[in-house]
Amino acid sequence: MPAVSMTVNGKAVTGDVEARTLLVQFLRENLRLTGTHVGCDTSQCGACVVHIDGIAAKACTTLALQCEGAKITTIEGLAEPNGPLHPMQEAFREHHGLQCGFCTPGMIMAALDIVRRRGNDLDEHTIREQLDGNICRCTGYHNIVKAIAAGAKAMAKGGARQAAE
Amino acid sequence: MSATGIGAAVRRKEDFRFITGKGQYTDDVIRPGETRAVFVRSPHARAKIKRIDTNAAKSMPGVVAVLTGAELAGDKIGNLICGWMIHSKDGTPMKMAPHPALASGTVNHEGEAVAVVIAETMAQALDAAEKVNVDYEPLPAVTDAAKAKSGPQIHDIAPKNTIYEWSLGDAKAVDAAFGSAKHVTKLDIVNNRLVPNAIEPRAALAEYDAGTDQLTLWNTSQNPHVARLVISAFIGMAPEHKLRVIAPDVGGGFGSKIFIYPEEVICLWAARKVRRPVKWTADRSESFVTDAHGRDHVTRAELALDANGKFLAMRVKTIANLGAYMSTFSSSVPTYLYATLLSGQYDIPQIYCEVDAVYTNTVPVDAYRGAGRPEATFVVERLVEVAARQMGIDPADLRRRNFVKSFPHQTPVIMAYDVGDYDASLKKALELADVKGFNKRRREAARHGKLRGLGYSTYIEACGIAPSQAVGSLGCGVGLWESAEVRVNPTGSVEVLTGTHAHGQGHETTFAQLVSERLGIPFENVSIVHGDTDKVQFGMGTYGSRSGAVGMSAIVKALDKIEAKAKKVAAHMLEAAEGDIVFKDGKFTVAGTDKSAAWGDVALNAYIAHKFAGQELEPGLKETSFYDPTNFTFPAGCHICEVEIDRDTGKTEVVNWTAIDDFGTVVNPMIVEGQVHGGVAQGIGQALLEGAVYDKEGQLVTGSLMDYCMPHAHDLPSFNVGLTETKAPSNPLGIKGCGEAGAIAAPAAVINAITDAIGTEELVMPATAQTVWVALKRAQPRQAA
Repeated sequence: MPAVSMTVNGKAVTGDVEARTLLVQFLRENLRLTGTHVGCDTSQCGACVVHIDGIAAKACTTLALQCEGAKITTIEGLAEPNGPLHPMQEAFREHHGLQCGFCTPGMIMAALDIVRRRGNDLDEHTIREQLDGNICRCTGYHNIVKAIAAGAKAMAKGGARQAAE
Repeated sequence: MSATGIGAAVRRKEDFRFITGKGQYTDDVIRPGETRAVFVRSPHARAKIKRIDTNAAKSMPGVVAVLTGAELAGDKIGNLICGWMIHSKDGTPMKMAPHPALASGTVNHEGEAVAVVIAETMAQALDAAEKVNVDYEPLPAVTDAAKAKSGPQIHDIAPKNTIYEWSLGDAKAVDAAFGSAKHVTKLDIVNNRLVPNAIEPRAALAEYDAGTDQLTLWNTSQNPHVARLVISAFIGMAPEHKLRVIAPDVGGGFGSKIFIYPEEVICLWAARKVRRPVKWTADRSESFVTDAHGRDHVTRAELALDANGKFLAMRVKTIANLGAYMSTFSSSVPTYLYATLLSGQYDIPQIYCEVDAVYTNTVPVDAYRGAGRPEATFVVERLVEVAARQMGIDPADLRRRNFVKSFPHQTPVIMAYDVGDYDASLKKALELADVKGFNKRRREAARHGKLRGLGYSTYIEACGIAPSQAVGSLGCGVGLWESAEVRVNPTGSVEVLTGTHAHGQGHETTFAQLVSERLGIPFENVSIVHGDTDKVQFGMGTYGSRSGAVGMSAIVKALDKIEAKAKKVAAHMLEAAEGDIVFKDGKFTVAGTDKSAAWGDVALNAYIAHKFAGQELEPGLKETSFYDPTNFTFPAGCHICEVEIDRDTGKTEVVNWTAIDDFGTVVNPMIVEGQVHGGVAQGIGQALLEGAVYDKEGQLVTGSLMDYCMPHAHDLPSFNVGLTETKAPSNPLGIKGCGEAGAIAAPAAVINAITDAIGTEELVMPATAQTVWVALKRAQPRQAA
């Protein structure tokens, strides 16, 4: 089996994978980073969104081998182990932007990419349109939209426009 | 109200693990030496299995075992069952066909499991599953509820594919009332089949300990104790005390994770056979063809009114599609969870309902958020809205004229409404939705080539299920009480073990709010434990908006006992009579004195037991309650939907949503609002976007998230939600339940709004752009007054 090397949440990792091994399988099964979820098999739900070299991508539609040498950030890498939460994580909690929590890691990672592309002052319409790649069955999105708008603003205050990569 | 007590919008305890990726869902659990299971599934809706050749699969790399229905039968593993007995009008019991966990002889729906491959890795299991050669003889299938009775017979036990022909109400009295009616409104209604689509796919991980003969199952379950009971007592997998079921974090349920499915049965069976842990996780395509679907009714409904618009009677005939097999609670959904709610919020003297449940070659249908009550509400609220339009009465006014106004109110369909104020929620909703300004908005929209419509839904539901004797008399195989165990530690912190299960509802927060307020201890000092049959002795789980009304009531009862015992301990500590001890704000005081003992001191003394004789008072501080409610609860409210429709494309936009709900006591308004948002989103999804479609051969053509339209953020508006409150008299907290209201209320409000805009009542769900556009072609849009 070919070997693949990448940096995940700031740590260099190497593993043997099959050519068909998906990034999400590598993260979940090889590295046991189970915060990245799989909710579908057609790239619709976005539960698996991670950042590859700073850009949001669906880890269920990315081969592990494609990520050779890449810098990957997952939900586990957003906040330091004993440090404060990332403002976007905090905003999801503050605004009740999650219920069952399963779509949440992907939502937060996608939200950070919206901030990267559209800035910190996000209106409701923009957020709703830009969330097209993520599905939540619990919240009706109302509070997710509020959380993302607030999280984006909080990131500007903290000077942390980028995610913690 | 304290900052963390009842009524406070406390931020959730459970969120930290979810927002940091530390949740522990079933697929996240990894056991040493675990293998992966992949199921071989029928590509046909109906076929005879002539032969299964597993030889090639067995020789594939990494394969541990390949198992079929023949081996399952050989091991005498029992069939899956439906646990609610319904009798037909003629007194005969429902026709429950055998449902083996792996097909035997025939397959009856696309996706039915035929064999299972156990292999070292997922990839190896998938590869080997491809090599299982099943020789099918395809047979003609029927998928449509309305055609089921004339279709090919699916099960020997059920001629004309009929499971039961059930009725409720007085047919003769209803006929007489219709005879004297001034106006009759008739509607033909299809309640579209839905796929639940919790974002976490179902999963099961089973492990067998040969040393202790103990089986453990991690499972995406809303009710792990019920799963253990059924798998033990009916399927015969293992004695109940040798089976542990753990439902860890569960990523949404909406009903679909109540039921006992073939996959967890097979994982348990296989784990014991191969002596290795066996894990199965559905991919989304499997979810579509194996998770129990929802709704799927075909209905003829009629409402009789007098000249003043007073309702005289209602007559309803429904065919309910239950799919290829009877799922765990499927029989109850189109009967006692449906026809019993046909009175809505109204005083209707006579109601008669007939329900024929049928088998078809489709995925089994069972409870999905609301379960029967959305179907009932859609019937009632469409009839009322259309009647108002036909009689030229304002729809809000027609509702008001017929509301139940005095309580208790006995409906003609079993339910006894205990409390409510339907005028209050309607009035508040009319104001919040600015209905007065609607005509102006309609004219404004027309200037931009858009059609505006306004639709109401004044719904009622029966929740807090349910008094065990009541549901037992209706055929339910279990009691629907709930349990709680309150464990006070010597340091004063508290663990509450509950028989409910949270999969998004935030019980770890709301239940802790109750305990914190009642005992006067910090919210942080309370932990809620659920979802493990080794920790919680028994419980009925979470569905039917029951966890607050029933589950929290059980906690209240256990806390009553804790307080009584703690007072005894305090009395010894303070050298006072037990009757003189007052407990308030976390402190035990001797009435009329300044002598007191803090909560923590009393907890410690209960355990060190130095101040009292063990013969007189048992050491320790732990109490249990099994709480059985005295009635259903009846959440009710008014939702108003305003839509704008593009005349050229038929695309509907929900531009305003108003929800005023009466949930009784609200423990955490933030969480309750979130439940309303999510429910309404699912209801709008049913009305505008979602629908499971089978082709003539029985293939599910909406079998993935590419084909089945789930609501996205841009499909939905922000919601204006508010509350009214009449406390439920049937439980100590006055809670009614909030989990399903949105999904129950919303579809009728949406369709009432669209039909208001386009001027025809002939519109099926989902009202996609194409459907609305076609309807517009034959309609005369309503103009602003």
